[in-house]
Amino acid sequence: MDKTITSEVDFKAIDEILKSCDYKKSHLIAMLQKVQAIYRYLPEEAMTYIGEKVDGLSPATVFGVATFYAQFSLEPKGKYEIKVCDGTACHVRGSLPVLNAIKEKIKLEDGKFTTKDGLFTLEIVSCLGACGLAPVVVINEKVYPQMTPDAISVILDTLMKEEQ
Amino acid sequence: MTLNIDIKEEQKKSQEQMAKQGLRVLVCAGTGCVANGSLNVIKKFEELGANVSTLTAHDKMTIVPTGCHGFCEQGVLVIIPDMHVTYVKVKETDVEEIYESHIKEGKPVERLLYTDPNTQQHVFKNEEINFYAKQTRTALANCGKINAECIEEAIAVRGYEALANAIKENNPDAVIDTIEKSGLRGRGGGGFPTGRKWRFTAANKGGKSYVVCNGDEGDPGAFMDRSIMEGDPHKLIEGMAIAAFAIGADEGYIYVRAEYPLAIKRLRKAIADAEAKNFLGKNIMGSDFSFDLHIKEGAGAFVCGEETALIASIEGERGMPRPKPPFPANKGLFGRPTLINNVETLANVPVIMLNGADWFAKMGTEASKGTKTFALTGDVNNTGLIEVPMGTTLREIVFDIGGGMRDGKKFKAVQIGGPSGGCLTEEHLDIPMDYDNLIKAGAMVGSGGLVVMSDKTCIVEVARFFMNFTQNESCGKCIPCREGTKNMLAILQKIVDGKGEMEDIETLETLAKNVKEGSLCGLGKTAPNPVLSTLKYFKDEYIAHIKDKNCPAGVCTSMTTYVIDEEKCKGCSKCARNCPVGAISGEIKHPYTIDQDKCIKCGVCVSNCPFKAIERK
Repeated sequence: MDKTITSEVDFKAIDEILKSCDYKKSHLIAMLQKVQAIYRYLPEEAMTYIGEKVDGLSPATVFGVATFYAQFSLEPKGKYEIKVCDGTACHVRGSLPVLNAIKEKIKLEDGKFTTKDGLFTLEIVSCLGACGLAPVVVINEKVYPQMTPDAISVILDTLMKEEQ
Repeated sequence: MTLNIDIKEEQKKSQEQMAKQGLRVLVCAGTGCVANGSLNVIKKFEELGANVSTLTAHDKMTIVPTGCHGFCEQGVLVIIPDMHVTYVKVKETDVEEIYESHIKEGKPVERLLYTDPNTQQHVFKNEEINFYAKQTRTALANCGKINAECIEEAIAVRGYEALANAIKENNPDAVIDTIEKSGLRGRGGGGFPTGRKWRFTAANKGGKSYVVCNGDEGDPGAFMDRSIMEGDPHKLIEGMAIAAFAIGADEGYIYVRAEYPLAIKRLRKAIADAEAKNFLGKNIMGSDFSFDLHIKEGAGAFVCGEETALIASIEGERGMPRPKPPFPANKGLFGRPTLINNVETLANVPVIMLNGADWFAKMGTEASKGTKTFALTGDVNNTGLIEVPMGTTLREIVFDIGGGMRDGKKFKAVQIGGPSGGCLTEEHLDIPMDYDNLIKAGAMVGSGGLVVMSDKTCIVEVARFFMNFTQNESCGKCIPCREGTKNMLAILQKIVDGKGEMEDIETLETLAKNVKEGSLCGLGKTAPNPVLSTLKYFKDEYIAHIKDKNCPAGVCTSMTTYVIDEEKCKGCSKCARNCPVGAISGEIKHPYTIDQDKCIKCGVCVSNCPFKAIERK
């Protein structure tokens, strides 16, 4: 196994995570969640490391689990994670116009999820369980209820100004 | 068994504590209301101090952050039970007025009362708000009434009493008997008799076994499990402990979606509090029954709601279903006998144990007992979470509790049961809703998502929406589901894009049948339901899309054109200035025109036109 270690990943921190999970393979999802909490994505080196360190796992199984669940990202995410709910209630009440307004506002290229400047990542999620407030947008854990294309533009404007 | 805790005594102590709180002001702190700023409302109330008027029977007030009241759209909700009043859409800036005018002077703040959508009248009393008046709350009984993060308040409303009784009587079989006799069926979708499931698992008593709570509420449009976990976590914990006692398990897991951070936080606190009181952990209440409870966070996969996939996920693997048999009751988590129940099912358990099987069985219909929660959303006036006896009609739900259609739109259909369910139409408005009647109508209770649709909702687009969802969430293990949903989606997309052919309908029906029969798990087996039921009741809409290239609801953009009415257009240029692609041109004070080749049909011009001169055709 090629052990190219980049300076980016702090293996000590990952050791801590593995320790807190008792090096048990049944805690793999929790381990990956903790790694993602640090890096906002799953660096390949971290996944390989876990696969080699934990009994019963291989880098391939770790990669398999990481790609199965929607929560995990193999690419770095933007500073602001925008989640647009497209669950049934939000869909019926117009989540798509809101989604289009966001794409236009943050100037997202087709087929991409993160903006060039690394500021925004756009995600579509199925249901956030806030159906009474449809359509809903969540930006870094903060829930914005009853969105319209205009309302979300104002919110994004504010965020962009803060960043300038 | 003798216990070292007298639960009745604890209850009395907690009730006395609560009585000392004085005037209780309940502020909803569920996900919905927090999004609307309820934490600031709570803070503002607390800043005002605790003084109340002599008009109330209390000497002080206490602000109680509660779980979800269900009426999320009207949030932030502030309820003062002793004054029989519910305030809706409360903002931080309204708090002082409520306090000064109502709590101190006894004068209700009219502008913050709920307005009946039909009569346009303010409603002064809680019990007269039609959204609540027609409900029967058992699983949700305490949601919104108690401080969700305080175990004492849960104890005061008889929390853990049923568990104490069960351990004291020490007759696990009798517990299973009661659940069996109550007629409780699985609330997660399948509707399997809960008591029978318990009995199957209990038959494998002896070695290690597990109780697992399925809190992976993945159906888009359903949020009852979230509300229970956030609003009354102790009821769920108690239900699980009773189940563990009945089947002889000593360890349990609650599997919660990662999309529900508040539920996870409250459950963690509740488990720690219950452990501190020795309601969980080793030798519960001094008996020889032990039960350790853990939380497992999901990572975003709808298929993990399927019980064998959920087990795989708890074991740390890809959440893919496994063939049954062996059933989890024989060989489940880590190869051991495992009981898996959904959140709402387990939340019903303590209530049944306290009130008896007969009390529960009196509610509902012949084969579907008790109550069911529904997440009512879409084009109705009152959206939110409701709980009604099984057998309530759709008409009562949409037109009484839901307050009728929004903006005077016309009722067209209800989509029930999410991506596994189907549509109900006007002809179904009066059938009693229960497991069996809904299956007969080609739909299912599912987890209880109820999306009301009007004549402005395109049925074909909705079918495409659900197929897109299941296709995305198909785990890919079995071919009928993996390839079948993909092809069905492609055909639906084609129809929505205005490129459909008549033979597509037949192909869809054949594919649907094959996916239904050939798939390994419930996801695939039910994935074609939305297509089949919309084809059954709204075939003419499919045909209109295919033959006439017309979307009757005016939703499918490929079939709509926007035209400016020359008579109405005043030439103000607002549409042209707002058009994102510069498709509108003209001369000031003369009618403008839309270049159909450039138009992307976003509809921005329609919402901007001050003269309503732009028509959608």
